[in-house]
Amino acid sequence: MSAPALEVRGLEYAYPDGTQVLRGADFHIHPGERVALLGPNGAGKTTLVLHLNGILTPDGGDVTVAGLAVQPRTVKEIRRRVGIVFQDPDDQLFMTTVRQDVAFGPANYGVTGEELDRRVMGALTAVGMAGVVDRPPHHLSLGERRRVAVATVLAMNPEILVLDEPSSNMDPASRRELADVLAGLEITLLMITHDLPYALELCPRAMIMNHGRIVADGPTAALLGDRELMSANRLELPLGFDPSLARPERLPAP
Amino acid sequence: MSAGHAHALYVHGDSRVHALPAHVKLVALLIVIVAVVATPRERVGVFAAHAVVIIAAAACAHLSPRFIGGRLLIGAPFLAFAVLLPFVGGGDRVVVGALSLSVGGLWGAWSVLVKGTLALAASVVVTATTPVPALLTGLGRLRVPVVITEIAGFMVRYLEVIAGEMHRAKVAMAARGYQPRWAWQGTALATSAGALFIRSHERGERVYDAMLSRGYQGRLPQLGATAATRADWARALALPLCAAAAAALAVIG
Repeated sequence: MSAPALEVRGLEYAYPDGTQVLRGADFHIHPGERVALLGPNGAGKTTLVLHLNGILTPDGGDVTVAGLAVQPRTVKEIRRRVGIVFQDPDDQLFMTTVRQDVAFGPANYGVTGEELDRRVMGALTAVGMAGVVDRPPHHLSLGERRRVAVATVLAMNPEILVLDEPSSNMDPASRRELADVLAGLEITLLMITHDLPYALELCPRAMIMNHGRIVADGPTAALLGDRELMSANRLELPLGFDPSLARPERLPAP
Repeated sequence: MSAGHAHALYVHGDSRVHALPAHVKLVALLIVIVAVVATPRERVGVFAAHAVVIIAAAACAHLSPRFIGGRLLIGAPFLAFAVLLPFVGGGDRVVVGALSLSVGGLWGAWSVLVKGTLALAASVVVTATTPVPALLTGLGRLRVPVVITEIAGFMVRYLEVIAGEMHRAKVAMAARGYQPRWAWQGTALATSAGALFIRSHERGERVYDAMLSRGYQGRLPQLGATAATRADWARALALPLCAAAAAALAVIG
C-alpha cells in the first residue's frame, strides 16, 4: 500500500494551564481517502488539527505528512501540504478582498504574476465562487464565505484538506452546495464534524475521538450503526435517521 | 444593522476619476491639501480658485454638489470650534451689531473654515471614487510603512465583524429588558464591551493561526497594486497642479 498522506503516532499535548487534551492519538490516512473525525465537544479534535501543520508542538509523539515529519525546519513545506479550513470563515478570510485572500497562501510561497492569477481563479472556480473575486469577504453570506475559505486553501495545492466543522450554522441549501463542492474535489480529506449525516455522505471512513484518543476507526456506516459505541462517545443520530437506510446512490464508494 | 459600513464612503461609478490608480489619486489629494493649507488666509480669490479645482474634479467624478455637501457635514463639529474664535481672540476689535468681535479671531475662524472645508471636500472626492482596499494598496505603493497599511487593512476587515458582535450583545440585553437611561446604569454595557475586547483578542489569535497555516512568516505579500501610466499621472495631477500654482503665486505675491 502507498505511504500514508498523513500519519499521527502517539500524539500527546497539554495546554499551558495543565489540561491534558491529547493522550496518545494514533491514526493514518492514505492518499485519496476521505475520513470523518467525530467526537463530543472537548474531545481534542481541533487541538489535534492544530498539530497537523505545526501550529502547536506536541509534548510527545509525532506527525508525518506524505513522508515529511513535522518539525520546526519543515514547517513551511508542511503548511503548504496540509490545507486547514478553520471553523469560522471570519478567522480564515482576513484580507480586504476575496482575490487578495485566495492569493495570500500561494504568494507566501513565492507564486506571483499570471501564475498567481491562474491559481486564484482556478481555486475559486473549483468552489463555484469565481464571480465574487473582487468582493470584500465580509459582504458574502456564510455559505459563500465557507466556500471561499476552502478556495484559499486549494490555491496552495495541498496534499490533504482538513476541514473543521464545515457544515456548522449553514442553511440546508448552503450545506448541500458545500457538500457538492467537497464531493467534486479529488483530494485527501479529513473532516471534523458533528453533522453525522454529512460524514456518512462524504466520507466512507470515520474515526471517533474521545478523551484525547482515537477510540474507533472504520467504515462510517458501521460506526454510526453501532448504538453502544455511539452513546459511549456522546454521539447521537438525528431523530429518524437510519444510516443503513440512507439512499445508496448518494453514498460514496467505500 | 447599526454597525458601520466599512465601504460606505465609496460610490460606485465608471468615471475617469474612478478609473485612476489609487496611489495617483492620493498624490493628487496631498498636493491639493498642501496648496490649500499653504495659501495665506487673506487671499480670498485664491481660495475661490481652489474651490473651482475641487468642484471640477467632483464634476469629472459625477459627484453632485448635494452629495459633497452632505459628506462635508462630518466636519461640522470641528468648524463649530472656529465660531468661538472671534469672541475669545485678542487684538483689534470690530463692532458688528451688538457684538464686539476680534479682527484676528475673525480671520482665524475664516482660515479654519475655508481650509478645513476645502481639504475635506478634496478628500471626499478621493474616498468616494476609490474603494478602501485600493486606497490601502495605493498607500503601500507610496511606501507608507507596511505595518501601518496592514493594521489599517485588518481594521477595515474586522470593524464590521466586531460592530456586529457589539450590536448582537446590545440586542440580547434589550431582549431581557435592559434599557439604560443614565450613565450609572451602563455597567452591563461596559462589561459587554470588556467581554468584546477579550473575544476580539481571541479572534486575533485564531486569525494569526489561520495566517500561519497558509505560510505567513511575518510579512504580508504585496497584492493587487495596479501600475500607473504617464497619462494617468497627467490626468490626475492637472487640476491639483493648478491649485498648487495658484497657492505658490499667492505665497510669493
